[in-house]
Amino acid sequence: MPLLELTDVTASYGPVQVLDGVSLDVPEGGAVGILGANGAGKTTTLRAISGTVRAGGRIVFDGRSIRGMRPEQVAALGIAHVPEGRGTLGNLTVRENLMVGAFLRRDRRQIAEDIDFLLDLFPNLRSRIRSNASALSGGEQQMLAVSRAFMAKPRLLILDEPSLGLAPSTAKDVYAAIARLRRESGIAMLVVEQNANLAFSVVDSVTVLETGRSVLSGSTAELKGNDDIRRAYLGA
Amino acid sequence: MTVATFIQLIVEGLGTGAVYAALALAIVLVNQATGIVNFAQGGMAVLSAYIALVLVNLFAPATGTAAALVLAIILAAAISFVLGALVERLIIRRFEGGDPDTAVVATIGLLTLITGICGIVWSYNYLPFPWFFSTGDAFRVGGVTISWWALTSILVIVIVMVLLQLLFRGTKLGLALRAVADNPQSAALSGLRVGGLLMIGWGFAAVLGSIAGAIVAPKLQLAPNMLEEALVYALAAVIIGGLDSPIGAVVAAFGVSVLENLAAVYLATIPGTSIPFIGHDLKIVVPFVLLFLVLVIRPQGLFGRKSVVRV
Repeated sequence: MPLLELTDVTASYGPVQVLDGVSLDVPEGGAVGILGANGAGKTTTLRAISGTVRAGGRIVFDGRSIRGMRPEQVAALGIAHVPEGRGTLGNLTVRENLMVGAFLRRDRRQIAEDIDFLLDLFPNLRSRIRSNASALSGGEQQMLAVSRAFMAKPRLLILDEPSLGLAPSTAKDVYAAIARLRRESGIAMLVVEQNANLAFSVVDSVTVLETGRSVLSGSTAELKGNDDIRRAYLGA
Repeated sequence: MTVATFIQLIVEGLGTGAVYAALALAIVLVNQATGIVNFAQGGMAVLSAYIALVLVNLFAPATGTAAALVLAIILAAAISFVLGALVERLIIRRFEGGDPDTAVVATIGLLTLITGICGIVWSYNYLPFPWFFSTGDAFRVGGVTISWWALTSILVIVIVMVLLQLLFRGTKLGLALRAVADNPQSAALSGLRVGGLLMIGWGFAAVLGSIAGAIVAPKLQLAPNMLEEALVYALAAVIIGGLDSPIGAVVAAFGVSVLENLAAVYLATIPGTSIPFIGHDLKIVVPFVLLFLVLVIRPQGLFGRKSVVRV
């Protein structure tokens, strides 16, 4: 049984139907990418999972339907969503951001260890631990956002375009760190990304969305060999 | 004009400033959490003072006035907490995420409603509010006369500030409140119950208001519009200090009040002449002149942060 299972998920903003039948699976410990053009419904799919938009269809996490739950309930079940545009807490320090991430946890000692682990992974954050998040660079903020989500000790990490607004080299660094995070923690991930090459550095399989529907899915190896995909998303 | 007079004016200014500071803190707290300026903060505080008065009269025969006062103030603060939380849940919640102007109009409506209810239930006449000592009581130190009322007000507000600081910087609840104020969506994604935390924020603000009401009621006597003037000063302080800065609001509240007191005496005539100038009758212009200057020179407030929106 997959950890997360979406079947024919629909969603609309007012009269505008944005999702019109999205289906995808994330296996336990797996990493799945969602590719698609602007407006294909990638971000909305993630929002439907974390309960920040109302959705139809079936959304099952760990054998239990989470459709219609509030965001804080979904978070409590073990899904951590890093929203588009980072969503760090600007007036809180780096450490405080991490503590907010760990809000629902009670294991103090383990929390301290996890903070240490993340600061080793993102050394830039260690030197800025007392700075307000708003004072960090774009790349550092993205790293902080990912770290804060990780602090919740989630079973599934949802990342919405971690490369958005970052210089290409910074985006690469961020993805390298995400890949390491995955290797060392074994956490399952669902990653939305415009830049397919970056996504492929982390995920093992991909679902392609077009106008609110999943039209294609397969392993990264399969899709890399697919000419249409190469043309549309890999620029080659 | 002696040094003694000068010190006395400052202490009295700080005493009145304490009332403005408590209200200003409440306004900043609410604004930080919900982005709304709550014009009903003063009205809610007056209601709390009436509740305290009812409780004092209820307990006093059994416990004596002093114990009854302590008990009544604590109970009224607790009731205020619940009322503040309910106001958020039942009224303000409907406006959150919408146009803040609409919400502000709703708080003005709430102010009118609460003032009206207080008037109907307790009349518009001034009711004496008991206190631990007469508000005229004073002591002298080195030629300076200092009123006990001013001294206790200052003390109370200092204690409240320290407690607030401990709450916000030292506890998990405080961290959660700040997280929700900073970015409610992200906070929810980390599993924080945003709705409940907003109610708690409004509850704490109402408690601050209730403290302001309890300090000022014995001095001015209790009436439905008792805090109207204080609310104007508190709003001025909040704008001068910065809408997002609790420290700024308190410093500005004390500053406005002290400067106003000094201006009333030292600028009673234009210096060097006998032409009447500010004086006691016109001292209310002082906060507005300061407000005007701050808005022209530093619109985010002296301690406020300019909000930069990154795209």
